[in-house]
Amino acid sequence: MSGPAFRSTHTLLEVSQLSKTYAAGDKALDDVSFSIPAGQVVGLIGPSGAGKSTLIRCINRLVEPTSGTISLSGTNITGMSTSELRSVRRRIGMIFQEYALVERLSVMENVLSGRLGYVSFWRSFTRHYPKADVQKAFALLDRVGLIDHASKRADALSGGQRQRVGIARALEQDPELLLIDEPTASLDPKTSRQIMRLLLEICNEQHLPAIINIHDVVLARQFTERLIGLQAGRIVFDGSPAELTESVLTRIYGEEDWTTLDHETEAA
Amino acid sequence: MNTTDTVPVWQHRTTGKRLLIWFGWLLLVALCVYSWQLMTRDTIWAFVADAPRQAADLGSRMFPPRWSYIEKLWMPLWDTLNIATLGTLLGVVIAIPVAFLAASNTTPSKVFVRPVALFIIVASRSINSLIWALLLVSIIGPGLLAGIVAIGLRSIGFVAKLLYEAIEETDRLQIEAVTATGASGAQILNYGIVPQVLPAFYGISVFRWDINIRESTILGLVGAGGIGVQLQASLNTLAWPQVTMIFVVILGTVVISEWVSARVRHAII
Repeated sequence: MSGPAFRSTHTLLEVSQLSKTYAAGDKALDDVSFSIPAGQVVGLIGPSGAGKSTLIRCINRLVEPTSGTISLSGTNITGMSTSELRSVRRRIGMIFQEYALVERLSVMENVLSGRLGYVSFWRSFTRHYPKADVQKAFALLDRVGLIDHASKRADALSGGQRQRVGIARALEQDPELLLIDEPTASLDPKTSRQIMRLLLEICNEQHLPAIINIHDVVLARQFTERLIGLQAGRIVFDGSPAELTESVLTRIYGEEDWTTLDHETEAA
Repeated sequence: MNTTDTVPVWQHRTTGKRLLIWFGWLLLVALCVYSWQLMTRDTIWAFVADAPRQAADLGSRMFPPRWSYIEKLWMPLWDTLNIATLGTLLGVVIAIPVAFLAASNTTPSKVFVRPVALFIIVASRSINSLIWALLLVSIIGPGLLAGIVAIGLRSIGFVAKLLYEAIEETDRLQIEAVTATGASGAQILNYGIVPQVLPAFYGISVFRWDINIRESTILGLVGAGGIGVQLQASLNTLAWPQVTMIFVVILGTVVISEWVSARVRHAII
């Protein structure tokens, strides 16, 4: 799986010496540094509790980092006040494991909520979005194959459909970066692959960089061009899927028989 | 594992816990015995023995109801419905901001604002509608307004308490997703929280309205308007057939309001 040739190689996201210690004293992230060039899709792998979810939540500051810096296209995110944060959050789209749609709102309202960082309260309250936003929302729903479901309530959709709405919501933001938290963990294997394929197609079309937090190593290998392995809050691997050998897997996850996994990858 | 005499014994509760539970039961029995003694000390048993005859006597005087009296009840009944409805509206309007200030996930300050909001809720709940009405009749004079305000004040606590609990039980992930889009605080409230608590809010409001219809029927006893005024007048003049007629009207109203409330809640949830 290789994306198109990089149109530019400038650094889009720069994370340096990031640490997060929770109030209870658990060290979730320990001196994490990496950077992502424009257009690159990175898979973030590691065992449960390794800090994957904390790491991507630090990037849009849903979780407040303890120390270190994060910058997006040169803007320092970690130093921002909460009021400035709105303008940077809208540049970062986020897709969640449990879809995190507002269940009782319509599909269209969910997609349009991707514009909340751009429109005034009154416009969003009266659901009177600019024409361009509505057109974009329709175009995105068409792209993810849900154009006929625009007026349905989100809780009337199946898991795969909800995740597609989640993808449309994130793209409605016109993001420069996608943060994707376990996009397939609540889906069956076939739907998982469809969703991963859709995500990758969209990232390639729009030259959109993404961090995909994923625990399914087979899927990660199959769909991403670069993998970062986290173990107990530290980066223990950063390389291409081909470099992810059995010994590396053991370093990330601990001792296990990885041979079956390799067969699976070959089959897929 | 190889010897049978070291089979581990599993006990649901420790000895200490079992003793504590027995002690609890003992206390309960002692309380019952004491209460019984207290009750029988102040009871005049001759009256109790006479009770069936007295009840039969009252019943014969109350029956049949004075059906023609209903003509004079339509207006007070309308007043009663208005007291309940406007009072509920007043209570709900004040309860909404109080609930958001009291919910730990939406309050602007857990240290200062939240305790004040919780105090308002407790204060409103701890005083019965009838007592509120009694106070208000002496402050703003007898009539409908006192009744409406009394119902409103009593409803604040009820609605705000249930609503703030609903706000605290909202799904955090949906709120997180709305936050991640760059939404402002008001937008997060509007998109992340309100849709989640709306069904609960409607349910609570209609339920309170249903309760308030029952409560507003007695506010007239202290002069706060409604059908209770007629009830008191009839009781004072020992016009028992009229009292029965009022009971019939109240029963009918409550049955209808309960039916409406059940239908509305069913439609929402």
